[in-house]
Amino acid sequence: MAVFQLNVNNRSYAVDVDPDTPLLWVLRDELNLTGTKYGCGVAQCGACTVHLNGNPVRSCTLPVAAAKGNITTIEGLSENGDHPVQKAWIELDVAQCGYCQAGQIMTAAALLARKPQPTDADIDTAMAGNICRCGTYKRIRKAIHLAATKGGAR
Amino acid sequence: MKTTTVTRREFIRLTGLGSAALALGYYLPAAGRPAHILKVEAAENLGIELNAFIFIESSGKITIMNHRSEMGQGAFQVVPQMIAEELEVSLDEINIIFAPGSQTKYGSQVTGGSSTVRGAWRHLMRMGATAREMLIEAAARKWKVNADECYAENATVIHRATGRKATYGELATDAAKLEPPKNVKLKNRSEYKIVGKPLPRQDTPLKVNGTAVFGLDKKLPGMLYAAVERNPRFLGKVKSYDDSAARTVPGVKHVFKVQMDVFSHKREGVAVVADTLWAALEGKKALRIEWDDNGFEHYGTDQLFSLMHNSLGQPGLTQKAAGNFDAYFSKASRKLEAVYETPYQAHACLEPLNCIAHFKGNSCEIWGPIQAPDWIQSDIAMKFGLKPENVTVNMTFLGGGFGRKAFTDYTYEAVAISKEINAPVQVVWTREDDLTQGPFRPGAVYECKAGLTQQGRISAFQVKMAAQNLNHQWPGADTESYNDSTTEGLPEPYLNTIPHYRFADIPLASPIPVMWWRSVYSSTNAFAFESFIDELARAAGKDPLEFRKQHLPDERHRLLIDRLMEVSNWKQRGQNSGYGAAVTECFQSIVGEVVKVSRKADGKIKIDKVWAVMDCGWYVNPDIIRAQVEGSIVMALGAALKHATLFNEGKAVQRNYDTYKMPRINEIPDIEVHIMENDERPGGVGEPGLPPLAPALTNALYDLTGKRIRKLPFNLEEF
Ligand code: FES
Ligand code: FES
Repeated sequence: MAVFQLNVNNRSYAVDVDPDTPLLWVLRDELNLTGTKYGCGVAQCGACTVHLNGNPVRSCTLPVAAAKGNITTIEGLSENGDHPVQKAWIELDVAQCGYCQAGQIMTAAALLARKPQPTDADIDTAMAGNICRCGTYKRIRKAIHLAATKGGAR
Repeated sequence: MKTTTVTRREFIRLTGLGSAALALGYYLPAAGRPAHILKVEAAENLGIELNAFIFIESSGKITIMNHRSEMGQGAFQVVPQMIAEELEVSLDEINIIFAPGSQTKYGSQVTGGSSTVRGAWRHLMRMGATAREMLIEAAARKWKVNADECYAENATVIHRATGRKATYGELATDAAKLEPPKNVKLKNRSEYKIVGKPLPRQDTPLKVNGTAVFGLDKKLPGMLYAAVERNPRFLGKVKSYDDSAARTVPGVKHVFKVQMDVFSHKREGVAVVADTLWAALEGKKALRIEWDDNGFEHYGTDQLFSLMHNSLGQPGLTQKAAGNFDAYFSKASRKLEAVYETPYQAHACLEPLNCIAHFKGNSCEIWGPIQAPDWIQSDIAMKFGLKPENVTVNMTFLGGGFGRKAFTDYTYEAVAISKEINAPVQVVWTREDDLTQGPFRPGAVYECKAGLTQQGRISAFQVKMAAQNLNHQWPGADTESYNDSTTEGLPEPYLNTIPHYRFADIPLASPIPVMWWRSVYSSTNAFAFESFIDELARAAGKDPLEFRKQHLPDERHRLLIDRLMEVSNWKQRGQNSGYGAAVTECFQSIVGEVVKVSRKADGKIKIDKVWAVMDCGWYVNPDIIRAQVEGSIVMALGAALKHATLFNEGKAVQRNYDTYKMPRINEIPDIEVHIMENDERPGGVGEPGLPPLAPALTNALYDLTGKRIRKLPFNLEEF
């Protein structure tokens, strides 16, 4: 066990955990930030996506010891759930079961930050790592385009 | 709208029974009889357990209790939408709470068979109307006018002539003193403001800001975590285990052998319980277990399918037959035979199985992503010697269900572990556990034979299905019984237009546990039926959709096929593309799909587009229907093209999404969904969009390439 300082959603935390613990379980079980989900544990599904210094990362395979910098989770993406991506998701009713959607939204937000007007090909490349078992892909694509018109790059 | 989950006791407290408020529910006196709508208070006095659904407080707060699981299919939305319509309130004015599991209190709560709307719509709407009429009557008495001079709107009763108003909150106390009227008039469909409208889902905001609580997110004070290494060969036992390394993992508290009830067997494994989930998972990895795998077959996939193929010579157990198939088949001017194969599949819900149990000696409480709370309540009560009323089942949001979370095994195991350690515990299945432990969708082999008349009509038709029968797994099941789902997926009118037919199954005995998987037998049957119908149409030299129309002459099917032709521009379909169609029936809904494929400049085949037409009769929310059909099509694409569970020496091979591949966003065609408008009785929505996709796709590929796919899954890259 060792103590780690984490900066999550602009707050700092000290956690005493095994250094190998993936960031995912620290977020969920130590910090009670359960919006970030477990889907595969092997960087295949994207359910656990968070931002590390603005880049989308798979928290299930990132040891807490390596999580240095600013971490943003779905809970910290916006103050009131009103990030343009979240708004677009609500407008188009993207979610079905909803389990994958935090990961989808975090990946999409990072894409828009990098590419404010993404093409379909950009969306394919950025989002292909995120599985939606409910099959909401068509709406995800539409919602990313919609978010782009809402200033999703903010 | 606000959302909460409560236990049954909390619900009664919340609803403040006996306090000044209107509380209504319904109960079903007997199957097939109309529901009785009663005041909750009256029902308690009579000792009747109600479906308690509407509660109006004098503060004006309106609460609707939702008895259905929410796993993505929109039950969360459509149940209140139906009640609110007749109650004359908007969805913004109500609170929704999940009903806890109680067999008697809420009727069957198993959310499966796409039954949320088709099962209870009349009761729900009548209950809303009854409450509305009581509130109107209360206002009329107060104002000393006739009730028919008043109407309700936006949770307010209005006197038409004078414009006088009273809110539901103001009227609730008086309304509660009235007897619920026996007959209430339901609104005409043309008067609907909420039902039939694509209203936004109330659960979406919770699902985009990370606050929706799924099973895995639920935490209890003092809760421990457990991970279990279960025997990968389903019927095997634990011979011995070495937990010395596991116990050195910091945080690990207990290691012990545990059993899980799976149909008529006990699945054995070793549980590691720890302070944190990570410690439990690390502890599990460190276990050294020796399994005892004697006394049962260790089948591989090839063996399983050889057994099924080789059994096709048997006559099989007849489910349905008419005329004389053998005689007319041999007489037919044109004969066709084909064998189709569909694989075993895992459900692969994105939220892996998990369950929290707190066993407290005489009672037990459960939380989790659960499709069947009432079944779990009675199952746990029976198996752990508890009174059913002392077993509380709390539902969370489900990160996918697809039939897997309608089973009871994972809850049984969680209770067993909690009982052993005498503490609340969350049992978490890893993705690997989830994909390898089953129950799976059964693999199947279909032998189809048919004869055509000179005019190109089907004169004789026979399908034999070789597959495990889900019903044969239960303790004491009659394993000689036929499968009553052999015709599932087939549009009913075929049985009127084909004079000589026979549907039979040849059950396979296997140690592999199998289970309902989205759209159940239709998901595999339809591939055989609708591929074979297409082969027959081609053999008869007919247009595939015209051929179907000839054999499905009733109005609903004809209109649906016409619509499908219209939206897909079927008659003008281009030469350079392949078009394929399929029409299936599942849970009382009819769905037709057309798939368009073409070869691109790089030589690869691309699925360009899918058109779907859904006829689910009377419906509640068209946007949820579209979403469900879109999702069903994506799931069916995965099942046809991407994944299968194979077995090697009795163990499932695919352990995670790297080998159990999923369709990704870049592989999804454009999907267009249309809904038929009629007043037929409501059919299912969450599942019926799935079965037609695979045959429509392979029929399209045949149209383009002349190559017939008779085995799923297949690789599109290989064309
Ligand atoms: S849980 Fe991290 S990618 Fe699947
Ligand atoms: S919405 Fe269910 S997995 Fe994406």
